[in-house]
Amino acid sequence: MSNVTIKVCMGPGGIASGGPEVISAFETELKQADIPAEIHKGCSLHKVGCFGLCSKDVLVDLIIDGKKTTYQYVKPDMVRQIVNEHIVGGKAIHEWLVNKDYYNFYRKQIKVVLSDCGIIDYDSIDSYITGSGYKAAEKVIASMRPEDVTAIIKRSGLRGRGGAGFPTGVKWEAAGKQVSNQKYIICNADEGDPGAFMDRAVIEGNPHIVIEGMIIGAYAIGADKGYVYIRAEYPLAVERLKKALSDAKNKGFLGDKIFGSKFSFDIKIKLGAGAFVCGEETALIASIEGQRGMPRAKPPFPVYQGLWGKPTVINNVETLANVPYIVRNGAEWFSSMGTEKSKGTKVFALTGKIKNSGLIEVPMGITLREIIYEIGGGIEGGKALKAVQTGGPSGGCIPAEMLDINVDYESLAKAGSIVGSGGMIVLDEDDCMVNIAKYFLSFTQAESCGKCVPCRIGTKRLLEILERITKGEGKESDLELMESLGNDVKATSLCGLGQTAPNPILSTMKYFRHEYEAHIRDKKCPAKVCRDLITYSVIEDTCSGCGACMRACPAKAITGEKKKPHYINQELCIKCGACFDVCKFKSIKRD
Amino acid sequence: MSFKISIDGKTIDVVEGTTVLEAARKLNIDIPTLCHHPKLTPFGGCRLCIVDIKGIPRPVTSCTTPVSEGMEVTTSNPEIERLRKTILELILSDHPYECMTCERAGDCTLQELAYFYGIKDNRLTGERRLYSKRDGNPFIERELEKCIMCGKCVRVCDQVQGVSAIDFGYRGFDTKICTPFERNLDCEFCGQCVAVCPSGALTGKAWQQKGREIGVREVETTCSYCGCGCNLTLHVKGNEVIRIDSKEDTINEGWLCVKGRFSYSFINSPDRLTKPLIRIAPKESSEFGLRPMGVRSSEYNSAVGSQHSALFREASWDEALDYIAEKLKAIKEKHGPDAIAGLSSARCTNEENYLFQKFIRAAAGTNNIDHCARL
Ligand SMILES: Cc1cc2nc3c(=O)[nH]c(=O)nc-3n(C[C@H](O)[C@H](O)[C@H](O)COP(=O)(O)O)c2cc1C
Ligand code: SF4
Ligand code: SF4
Ligand code: SF4
Repeated sequence: MSNVTIKVCMGPGGIASGGPEVISAFETELKQADIPAEIHKGCSLHKVGCFGLCSKDVLVDLIIDGKKTTYQYVKPDMVRQIVNEHIVGGKAIHEWLVNKDYYNFYRKQIKVVLSDCGIIDYDSIDSYITGSGYKAAEKVIASMRPEDVTAIIKRSGLRGRGGAGFPTGVKWEAAGKQVSNQKYIICNADEGDPGAFMDRAVIEGNPHIVIEGMIIGAYAIGADKGYVYIRAEYPLAVERLKKALSDAKNKGFLGDKIFGSKFSFDIKIKLGAGAFVCGEETALIASIEGQRGMPRAKPPFPVYQGLWGKPTVINNVETLANVPYIVRNGAEWFSSMGTEKSKGTKVFALTGKIKNSGLIEVPMGITLREIIYEIGGGIEGGKALKAVQTGGPSGGCIPAEMLDINVDYESLAKAGSIVGSGGMIVLDEDDCMVNIAKYFLSFTQAESCGKCVPCRIGTKRLLEILERITKGEGKESDLELMESLGNDVKATSLCGLGQTAPNPILSTMKYFRHEYEAHIRDKKCPAKVCRDLITYSVIEDTCSGCGACMRACPAKAITGEKKKPHYINQELCIKCGACFDVCKFKSIKRD
Repeated sequence: MSFKISIDGKTIDVVEGTTVLEAARKLNIDIPTLCHHPKLTPFGGCRLCIVDIKGIPRPVTSCTTPVSEGMEVTTSNPEIERLRKTILELILSDHPYECMTCERAGDCTLQELAYFYGIKDNRLTGERRLYSKRDGNPFIERELEKCIMCGKCVRVCDQVQGVSAIDFGYRGFDTKICTPFERNLDCEFCGQCVAVCPSGALTGKAWQQKGREIGVREVETTCSYCGCGCNLTLHVKGNEVIRIDSKEDTINEGWLCVKGRFSYSFINSPDRLTKPLIRIAPKESSEFGLRPMGVRSSEYNSAVGSQHSALFREASWDEALDYIAEKLKAIKEKHGPDAIAGLSSARCTNEENYLFQKFIRAAAGTNNIDHCARL
C-alpha cells in the first residue's frame, strides 16, 4: 500500500483562506473514501506553517510514496475529488495544480530560517527533534565554552535582522563579558512594521527554532532567564509558542539544569500592547518592566544596563532562528552566503503590485531585479514597475532604474533606504509616491511615543505638508521646508523611530521630485491617486449615451439624455471613479 | 574614577557618571534645556541640550550622555543653534500664543528661550492640541494646551513625591499628561509638579490674576505649618501674599507640601487672630464651647466672631503673658505643679517646642507635657 502524506498550509494566509476547513474535509473524505486501514495508518495529516506563497493559498502538498504534488487554491469542496481521483485513483487533477509561477517563486530562494517551515509540524516537538532539532543547543552546552559559541556567531558574520543590522556576535561578546548575578536574553517578536510578517511566519511555522536559538544565546552570554516579547495581535503565534515552550520544558530543554547539564534557562512570554515603538529595544524593556513603552537614550546600551538594570541581549526572531543553523552547519557555511559585509540570507515579505506575493528568503546581495522578476514573477497586470519600497516606515523607495542594486545592508543604505526588518512593497505606475510617503508618515506619526519634540511635532508638521500637497494646496516652498525639517527631525530625534521617520519622504523626494512638483505646480497627481487632484469628465465624441455612468454615480452628478453625450457636474462629483469603472466605451476621462 | 574632558575648549576633571550637561554647568557654560532637572533622572525629551562630541556623527543630548575620558564637546555652533531653533519652532507651533495673559509670563523657561532665539515668524505652524475640559481639582490649574511634554511633572511626582498621580497617555501628536482615566486630579496636591513645570501649563488656582512679576516682592520665611521648617519664598504684592514657592538651595530642596504651598489664604483672613484675647464672659455663660457636630466651621467662626466683643477683650502681649503667669502660679500654689499640663502644637517650630517643654518642666515643674501630633 502507498504511503500518503498530506500537508496543508496553516500559516496566516492558509488559515484565512480556509486551511482548517480543508484539513477537516480531508479527514472526513479519507474516512468516507473507505481507504483500507493500512493506507490510513501511513497517511499522516500534517499541519504545517507558512509555505511562503500566500497569494495561492490554501496550498496543499500531496506526497505519495515520496513523490510530491502541490495543489493551489484548495477549497474544502475540492477535497473529495482530490481524494478520489488522486489518492485513490492515482491521477493528479492537473488544472488544480500549481503552475510555473510557483516553481519560479522557489528557484532563486535559499531557505535557511524558513527551511523547516512548511516541512515540519509546528505542533510537535518530536517532528522538530527528528530533524536535527535541539542537537545544536545540546552540543553547545555539553561540549563548548560560552566564548567559543560567541566566536562562531561572530565568525559567521550574522547581523541583527531586526532593522539595524548590528553584528550579533559582537553584541553577545559584550554581554558575555559583563559580570553580573543576573543576565537576560530577549527575543524581539514585536514585528510592528505594516506589511511585515516574517517573524510571525517563523514562530508559527517553527517555534522551536527560536527557542533553540535563545538557549544557545543564553548559554553564550550567561543568561538564565529569557523573554519573548511578542505582539498580542499574533494570537496564533503566541499559542504555538506557548505550546512549544511547554513541550520543551517537559523534555528538559528548558528549566533547571537543561539537557542534564549544570546550566539552567527558562523563557517567559510577554505580550505587547500594540505599540509599534515597543519594538525599539529600550521601550521594549520599559514595557516588560511595566512602564509606558518609551525609549530612553543610549548609552547605557542594554548589554550593559538592560532589563531591570541587568545586562541584556535583545535579538530579533529571525536573528535567533539563524543561530541553530549556524551552529549545526558552521560559521563558514553561513558566511559563504551573501556579500562581504552582509552574510547569510534574509527573509522578505514581498507585497504590493507583484504577481507572487508572499514570504521569500534570499541570499544577501541578490539583485532587486531577480527578486521582482524571477521570484516575484513580475508586476501584476503587466504594468510598469515604478519603485520598490524597502524597510517599511523607516525605509525608502528604490526607483525602477536602480533595479540592479544588490539587496544588502550597505547597498540599500547608500541608495537612501534600508534592509530594515524585511518589508518589500512593489509599486507600479498606478502608485503615487507622494501618497506612499503620506501613508508611511501617518503611521509613524500616530505611533510616535510622544517623548521627544522633533518626532512628536515634527512628523506631524511633515504630514500636514504632505496632506496639503496631495490636496493641491502645496506651496513651492514646501519642498525645501520638508527637506530641511525632515533632515532636522532625523538629526535630533531620540530613537530610531524619529530618526528614520522622514526617510519615506526624503527618498521619494530624491527620486520622484517631479511627482511632488506636479502636485504643487500643476495641481495634478500623475498616478491619478490623489482624489482632490483628479477630475472626471465625459469624452463627448465617444460617449454612446448609454447612461451606465449616470446610474452608477452615487452623487447624482451625471446628467444626460439617452443616446446623447452625458455631462458630469464637477460641483457634485465626489471623485469616486464609479463612472470610469463602469463605462464600456472608455468615454470617461480621468486626469 | 575621574575623567578629563574638554568643553568648548575648557578642560575639567569630573567623576565617572557625570553627564556632559552637569560638567558644562560646572564650567558655567549654559546649555538650553526644558526637560532637565538636577534632582530628576535625565529624560532627553526636549532635545534642546544637543551638543557635538568629537567622533560621534550626530548631535547627542548632553543631559543623557555620560562623560568619558578625553571627550571633546562643542556646546554651540551655527548648526547646533539652527537645530535648537527648529526644535523651539516646533514646540511653539503647538503652543498657544497667550503670554499676554499667561500666569507664568516672566517666569517661564519656554518664553525665555523663544525670546533668546528670536522666534517671531514660525515656519512650522500647523494644528494645535485643543482641550475643552478643565480640571476641577481645588489647587492646581492644568492648562494642558500649554504643556510642552517635558515630563518633569511625571518624574517629580514619581521620583520625589512617590505618588505617581500622573503619566503620559496617548501617542503621537495626541500625547498628553493624564490623570488616571482622565478624571480630575486627585492627589496629595504637594504642587511639586507646579514648581518644576517650565511652562504655563501648571499653576496654582489661588494665583490666578493676582499678579506676575511686576511689583512683586519676595520674602523668605519658614513655614509655620509644622516642625519640619521648610523654607518658603512668599511672593508679596502690596501687603498681600499672592503666591508661595521655595528655592532649590534650601533645606527642603524647594519641595513643599500642600499646606506650605497652597494654604496661605488664612494670612489675610478677617477671622485670623492677630492679638491676644482675654476672656471676659464667665465660663458658664458661654454658649460657645466646642463646635457642635454638624455645624460648619465657617458658620461657627462667624457666629463666634459676632459675639467676640461680648466674650473676649483684646489685650497687649505683656498683659496677656502677665495674666497667664499669674494664673499658673496660683494654680501651682493651690493644687501643686501636677495640676498643670502643657499641650504643644505641631505647627510650632522645633525651637519653640523645645522652649515650651522646658518651660513646663522647669518653670511649671511638671512632666505633664505633650504634643498634638501624638493624639
Ligand atoms: C521604532 C522601532 C521599532 C522596532 N521594531 C522592531 C521589531 O518589531 N522587531 C525587532 O526585532 N526589532 C525592532 N526594532 C529594532 C530593535 O530596537 C533592536 O535593534 C533589535 O530587536 C535588535 O535585534 P537584532 O540585533 O537581532 O536585530 C525596532 C526599532 C525601532 C527604532
Ligand atoms: S523619536 Fe519618537 S518614538 Fe522615539 S523617543 Fe522620540 S518621540 Fe518617542
Ligand atoms: S501635586 Fe504632588 S502628588 Fe499631585 S500630581 Fe503634582 S507632584 Fe504629584
Ligand atoms: S505639565 Fe509642565 S512639567 Fe508637566 S510635562 Fe507639561 S510642561 Fe512639563
